[in-house]
Amino acid sequence: MTDRNADTSQASPLTPTTVDDAGHGVHLLREMLRIRRFEERCVELYSDTRIRGFLHLAIGEEACAVGLMNVLSPDDAVVATYREHGYALARGISMRSAMAELEGKLEGCSRGRGGSMHLFDAERRFYGGNAIVGGGLPLAVGLALADHLQGRHRVNACVFGDGAMAEGEFHESINLAALWHLPVLFCCENNLYAMGTALERAESETDLSLKAASYRVPSWEVDGMDVFAVEAAARQAAESVREGGGPHFLELRTYRFRAHSMYDSDRYRDKAEIEQWKGHDPIPAAVERLTTSGALAQGDLERLEAEIATEIDDAVAFADAGTLEAVADLERFVTSEPVDAMAVSP
Amino acid sequence: MSTVTYREAMRQALREALGRDERVFLMGEDVGRYGGCYAVSLGLLEEFGPERIRDTPLSESAFVGAGIGAALGGMRPIVEIMTVNFSLLALDQIVNNAATLLHMSGGQFNVPLVIRMTTGAGRQLAAQHSHSLEGWYTHIPGIRVLAPATVEDARGMLWPALCDPDPVIIFEHGVLYNFEDELPDDAGAVDISTAAVRHPGDDVTIIAYGGTLRTALEAAKQLVADGVGAEVIDLRCLRPLDTATVVSSVVRTHRAVVVDEGWRTGSLSAEVSARITEEAFYDLDAPVARVCSAEVPMPYAKHLEDEALPQVSDVVAAVHALGS
Repeated sequence: MTDRNADTSQASPLTPTTVDDAGHGVHLLREMLRIRRFEERCVELYSDTRIRGFLHLAIGEEACAVGLMNVLSPDDAVVATYREHGYALARGISMRSAMAELEGKLEGCSRGRGGSMHLFDAERRFYGGNAIVGGGLPLAVGLALADHLQGRHRVNACVFGDGAMAEGEFHESINLAALWHLPVLFCCENNLYAMGTALERAESETDLSLKAASYRVPSWEVDGMDVFAVEAAARQAAESVREGGGPHFLELRTYRFRAHSMYDSDRYRDKAEIEQWKGHDPIPAAVERLTTSGALAQGDLERLEAEIATEIDDAVAFADAGTLEAVADLERFVTSEPVDAMAVSP
Repeated sequence: MSTVTYREAMRQALREALGRDERVFLMGEDVGRYGGCYAVSLGLLEEFGPERIRDTPLSESAFVGAGIGAALGGMRPIVEIMTVNFSLLALDQIVNNAATLLHMSGGQFNVPLVIRMTTGAGRQLAAQHSHSLEGWYTHIPGIRVLAPATVEDARGMLWPALCDPDPVIIFEHGVLYNFEDELPDDAGAVDISTAAVRHPGDDVTIIAYGGTLRTALEAAKQLVADGVGAEVIDLRCLRPLDTATVVSSVVRTHRAVVVDEGWRTGSLSAEVSARITEEAFYDLDAPVARVCSAEVPMPYAKHLEDEALPQVSDVVAAVHALGS
């Protein structure tokens, strides 16, 4: 972890990670495994044409989603990207409703109207699923503005990729959040590629946290392949945001092991580079750390895998058995169904 | 009853909304200390303070998106964009977020946001401050588009727009701000879903909105002298369109002229014309006529700008050409 603010004195330095609670460590591992196995099953279902459209997998990046989502409270808000299955699951959206959404079923978390790129859940304050790169950032700023105006101390976590750092909406949003001192946690998953465009081919300054720090926002670089590091940094940043410290920025250095989407033949990356990053797979790393510390005993991993396989089988069965929304309802939800909006409390 | 300008009517509406609901706030470029680019919000900063009258940086996409986010977070934001041409910098947020979130989320997240912006030509502001792009916004499912053309509507459309659970865009035509009219002292909310007949007539229907309403009314006045009774309809709500009011008039008059400050190609006038053709074809005695802006970026020189815009004489000529 690098504290990008040592020279700008914008924030306290990051504290080193510790894993005091063995059960919590196993929980983080379990969450990463759930996401990995869920997405591996998605690939099979895609080949089987039960899932269609764009499917963006985050295999290799699970530590980011799990580390970030685990530090948020239920009343915090999350705005994610189109590569958000992991964030949705780690935020508590059930595998059943996520899988039903991917299969386009009414029981899905967006009633089958969103699909892979647009998972939503009002109860968990999960605001998508935004497939316009950078498009979710202003929303997070606005959610934070609403908190500020209503005197609430909540964190508005906004996830985006390195590609979004080239968008004007990133610069407009972080400037506005910093100017108004709003409670936004900007989380950049830097996986080194904006779809097929390598970071150095897209950015004149490839040090992304330096760019964020230039807006006087406390900015930290974090090893995005280490769930314990992500969680520790996210916890510290989230606490500061919640306590009125204004926006913070985390650059999570990570890598996707699979192609950008199911349509991508991945011609722009060196195979050796992919293999090298697979050596930093966050799941074996967590297994090793937890085994060494004694948190994970012999047989525990197999038991976790078996439980997760059962959960996924159940989710797929639920989705397969789900219903297709009546075509007569096609034009629902273009506008709200009659209510007195001014009378509805937020 | 008192005489007020369109600008004052809009300011009264803002003041009422801010006073009535704590969740309402106004943000945009120069709405506070400057008093609003067109002085609509002059004095509101002093009255309501900087938290509720928020000056923003020149970041249309971020502050429109922040309006959407604030609406999701339980507020009732009014976002002011200086002019319709600048709104193009926020088109991503309006089209991809405000208009889609409810549907994409399967009905979970509605966006109770009001966006106000100036539109239209007539002030020699040339090609980046004068266009009339209302028709573009009417293409998009999920947003309501309003065009107050009278002092009464300027006063009365904002509150019901704020009560709408979904995004509403209010287009204020720049030349209207200084127009005066009488307004009852107890003026308040008006309907925001129907068109209005502004001048009765039996021989031809002239359909207008926003900045072209006055042009249409002036034409109707001149046509009276020619013995032609022109019924003038003010569309008011551009999306969803109140087709019924238009059709019921045309069925009676058998002739229609649509006056639109937008360019003819792909315009709102094309949509209105198509609907008349779809629903009243056999009642028409002549093809639907259109009076639109010339298909040029708006020029600066006054004589050229006048030539580009729909004028009263153009409307009168179009009516006569229909055989009225």
